[in-house]
Amino acid sequence: MQNHIRLGVDIGGTFTDVVLEVGKDQFSTKVLTTYAAPENAIIEGMHQVCSKAGVALDAVSQIIHGTTLATNALIERRGAKTALITTQGFRDVIEMRTESRFEQYDLNLTLPEPLLPRQHRFTLSERMDAQGNVLIPLDRAEVEALADQLAPMGFESIAVGLIHAYLNDAHEQMIRDVLVEKLPGVMVSISSEVSPQMREYERFNTTVANAYIKPLMKSYLGRLKGRLAEEGAVCPIFLMHSGGGIISLESAAEFPVRLVESGPAGGAVFAANIAARYGLNKVLSFDMGGTTAKICLIKDQTPKTARVFEVARTYRFKKGSGMPISIPVIDMVEIGAGGGSLAHVDAMRQIRVGPESAGSEPGPACYGRGGSRPAVTDADLTLGKLDPDNFAGGSIKLHSDASNAALNELGAPLDMDALTAAYGLAEVVDENMANAARVHAVENGEDLVDYTMIAFGGAAPLHAGRLCEKLGVKRLLVPTGAGVGSAIGFLRAPFSFEATRSVYMKLSDFAPVTVKTLLSDMETEATGFVRTCDATAPIHSEFKVYMRYTGQGWEIPISLTADQAMNPDPATFQALFEAEYEALFGRTVAGMDIEITVWAVNATTDAAVADALTATPDESNAAVSGERDLFDPALGKVAKAAVVLRDSLVPGAVVQGPALITEDETTIVVPTSRSAIARPDGTIDITEVQS
Amino acid sequence: MSNVAYQVMWNRLISIVEEQAQALVRTAFSTSVREAGDLSAGVYNAEGQMLAQAVTGTPGHVNAMADAVAHFIRRIGRENIFEGDVYITNDPWEGTGHLHDVTVVTPSFHNGNHVGFFACTAHVVDIGGRGFGADAASVYEEGIYIPIMKFVERGTVDETLIRIVRGNVREPDQLVGDMYALATCNEIGQRRLAEMMDEFDLSDLGGIGDFILDNSRRATLERIAGLPQASADGGMTIDGFDAPIDLRVKLTIEKDRMICDFAGTSGLDKKGINVPLVYTKAYACYALKCAIAPEIPNNAASLAPFEVTAPVNSIVNAVHPAPVALRHIIGHMIPDTVYDALDKILPATVPAEGAGCLCNFQVSLRPAPGHNGTRSEVLTFNSGGAGARPTVDGLNATAFPSGVMTMPIEATEHTGPVIIWRKELRPDSGGAGQYRGGLGQYMEVGATDGHEFDFSAMFDRVDHPARGRQGGASGAPTTIARDDGTPMQGKGKQFVADGTRVVLGLPGGAGYGPATARDPELVKRDLIRGYISAASAIKDYGFDPQTVTDILETVARGETA
Repeated sequence: MQNHIRLGVDIGGTFTDVVLEVGKDQFSTKVLTTYAAPENAIIEGMHQVCSKAGVALDAVSQIIHGTTLATNALIERRGAKTALITTQGFRDVIEMRTESRFEQYDLNLTLPEPLLPRQHRFTLSERMDAQGNVLIPLDRAEVEALADQLAPMGFESIAVGLIHAYLNDAHEQMIRDVLVEKLPGVMVSISSEVSPQMREYERFNTTVANAYIKPLMKSYLGRLKGRLAEEGAVCPIFLMHSGGGIISLESAAEFPVRLVESGPAGGAVFAANIAARYGLNKVLSFDMGGTTAKICLIKDQTPKTARVFEVARTYRFKKGSGMPISIPVIDMVEIGAGGGSLAHVDAMRQIRVGPESAGSEPGPACYGRGGSRPAVTDADLTLGKLDPDNFAGGSIKLHSDASNAALNELGAPLDMDALTAAYGLAEVVDENMANAARVHAVENGEDLVDYTMIAFGGAAPLHAGRLCEKLGVKRLLVPTGAGVGSAIGFLRAPFSFEATRSVYMKLSDFAPVTVKTLLSDMETEATGFVRTCDATAPIHSEFKVYMRYTGQGWEIPISLTADQAMNPDPATFQALFEAEYEALFGRTVAGMDIEITVWAVNATTDAAVADALTATPDESNAAVSGERDLFDPALGKVAKAAVVLRDSLVPGAVVQGPALITEDETTIVVPTSRSAIARPDGTIDITEVQS
Repeated sequence: MSNVAYQVMWNRLISIVEEQAQALVRTAFSTSVREAGDLSAGVYNAEGQMLAQAVTGTPGHVNAMADAVAHFIRRIGRENIFEGDVYITNDPWEGTGHLHDVTVVTPSFHNGNHVGFFACTAHVVDIGGRGFGADAASVYEEGIYIPIMKFVERGTVDETLIRIVRGNVREPDQLVGDMYALATCNEIGQRRLAEMMDEFDLSDLGGIGDFILDNSRRATLERIAGLPQASADGGMTIDGFDAPIDLRVKLTIEKDRMICDFAGTSGLDKKGINVPLVYTKAYACYALKCAIAPEIPNNAASLAPFEVTAPVNSIVNAVHPAPVALRHIIGHMIPDTVYDALDKILPATVPAEGAGCLCNFQVSLRPAPGHNGTRSEVLTFNSGGAGARPTVDGLNATAFPSGVMTMPIEATEHTGPVIIWRKELRPDSGGAGQYRGGLGQYMEVGATDGHEFDFSAMFDRVDHPARGRQGGASGAPTTIARDDGTPMQGKGKQFVADGTRVVLGLPGGAGYGPATARDPELVKRDLIRGYISAASAIKDYGFDPQTVTDILETVARGETA
């Protein structure tokens, strides 16, 4: 890889980040996302970084691309005219959701509309049972009649989701065959391929989402390939998927729903690569931007993955207010806490922060653009974390008086002055993020105390130090390139594809031959996808089964070695499950049968080898450029903080907290309880000072 | 302690109880808990006052949970509370209203001192007796009764209790698994609390408890003080088991409290649909909180200003040994009753009547004579339509006041030889109005070949559909029959033979305001989507037949978005 010239591109909501890597050198830029034709921003950014690096476009050997376009199309409902074909009696599954209200106390609650209106959902007489046996056979003539009915209606894409199709896909396949034959040009997505998982609402919704964005993404990816070729960049293009790996452009066009959340997945891969460089096996990645914060657990240098997540939340980021997508995904929590998050005092005289955000217009009060309500950034300014004259490299002048006025107003009902209100605001938002991290850790059976935090994103370095104090995390790394972390992460991701199946098997009824065959078939399928990306690289497979006590509803993932997968033995499975269950919930349940519900095989090339970290030279004192009053929430008072320019730090330079390490994009706050040292790769390494 | 520190701790306690509830969902065995979210969890100070409660699917547990710990303290005795203890009960009157709710309380110790309690409750699928249904004549027939007692003492599980429980229920593994899950979730809460107390160097929960309770009390009283001081009567008649039931309430708003008195309500029913007062309190209180103080979290102080009274042995204040298994049917109707009164004091605030109670049923499957097969108990939760609101339509097939989730039918079919043949919206079931009532749903339930079953129905609104408000029309009533046309009752256990299905029409919510005032664009949308039929567009909303025909043709041509 060393001689390759590779390009990572992340299309975000506001900016398109482009990173070019030439050997060990990195060149990056941010250009505004061009919604009408997103490929234009890529081309522009590519020209910029290539000219910085002095290489021609045709010298680029590989482009890795991730994008929020798929997510945004779902959020903004900009997908294609799509139909759903489902089992008779189940026309409204995607509309009836869970039949519950995600906010219990709001009498005027409205639920999000389904992706497809009811008149675009059609049914066929057919049925499988819960063992995958046919209860009602599907009549091909009925399918043909439906295809004739659909033909003049102008659908660009059709989703097919049948009850229990994850166990037996014969009927879905037949429907697809008929549609392909009778409606050429219409794209078809079937649930047994898109998301072969039990639970009809999640599976149907995922399939519909895939169908809904498929024409858009397919056309975009086709255009992108063409535009790049016109510009002379004829190298292969790969796509980052939500599970943290890379797939071919063709696979991405077939299963575009797998691109949802690819940007944040890149951020997690970025953090995982830093973790590898530092040899860290327990890492919490913390990404905080303008409106949200994302937190992810990275164990053994691999981000935690999950099988289902929720996109397009419509109600204060509340769980349940979006729609479920069940695909392999990097498991992270996202909460409405960012620099722009606004604060208010509620009826209980408690300060609440977010998820409402000031955005960039009008922005926090201190931007002086008409915002009058206090945002997290206002608190950060009043607490002394930000320099009003040097925000965003001095390009935005911050107005301290506006922040103070807004904070005074916030604090008035609590008898708090602006500084105390800022303290309260910052503590509440930091506590919200800490709670999200704690809950996420507990759900994964982890204790954060021996974890290291890796922080990136514009607002993270301002809050990460305090978060570490709250979580008892002793070490914090703030790497360089944090502003374009996701795009760098794309360049570190392996080629990978995860195949999953829902097949129920009790350990009391364990069939080793069936298991071996199943896992082998899945390995072949997943490996096949990866082979389309790279014909020669060694591919290894990661085997995972989801197990539970028979009768439970939630499975826990159990990793198997290749040997355990290919020589399956129920005693081993039981021992692995019980150990994991005990770690998660404190005790096992005696005498209960155990079952496997979902099988997963992830075929992957090796992750990028992290650049070895050279030894840090002898410690030296950092050059201090000034001093500023900084409120330290752990002490509950103002302290004199040294101000240090990040650019001036040489490897080995030490900064004792309280201190502020400033750079154009952000400021790293080093609390009084911590001390920072600059590493040879530019990372700022912040650790707890033994008191 | 600074105000800021207390704010942080309050946030933390709420996070801890949510975590506690989440742990229960992940470890529970009963589908009612793990799929539907029928559970609750809370943290208490050493006096037994509730400081925080997880927001889960069940308002019915709200006050019951707030009161429960005091009963445990009284029954166990303070002198018998030890570190490592876990207590349990399913007492309907000292727990949460029926034997199927198992409540587990764990005293919380920090540095050797007793500082508080964690409690949680879950609805289990089977507790023995006649099985979950309305058929019992007294609580003795409804299942095994576990008085408030120690499940674990100083870390040692009471194996005698486990054996007795195992011997008395149909799904012993599931129930015992759930008992452990309840204990585990309290343990997780306890662990987090200890960490918080270490971090803030607390020796007890006195300071933070006062902070929470003082602020909650003040916020609630401010809301009540802002209401008109007035009194109004409300009422609703529903099916009952054999005879219709009148629910009557007098709502009085004073400057510092709100009182619901259910005098005038019908007496006890012979069958198990009676309601312990604690459950009535929960739903009355929930209804009022939604209307006037939705964002104030539940705790001892925020609940205190809501007072609920009812004559002893009225159906909403059943005492031992009345049968109470299906107390949710009447309980879920309490909010609509209270809203009938509140609407007279605070107009344009509350919704029209909705389906009210969850449309649940339990299926007891067994092999038909001469066949081999499996026996299984399958419980499902389903919802009719919610009532229209003053400015927006009612929610389709969505529970109110309960907040539990339905189970995926694919998950349900994995629990036994049951087949759900249909589960989809029921057009024309939402009451017409300026704002339309939410649609109910159709369901069809059968068994795999060679199985027969008892169908335990738990429906209301067969004879008393949801009534509209301000000129809105009623929602559609519940319908129930076998697919061979033989009728069935809305409540009670009924036999269904091999090869026969139960066909259900779950009720719709009522409309708000006159149908003539409905925005024609919304009528058109409803027609396009098939929420209403052509006939309804013409009859209820005054569309002319040609317009309706034209609209339906655009649908057939695929010209509608």
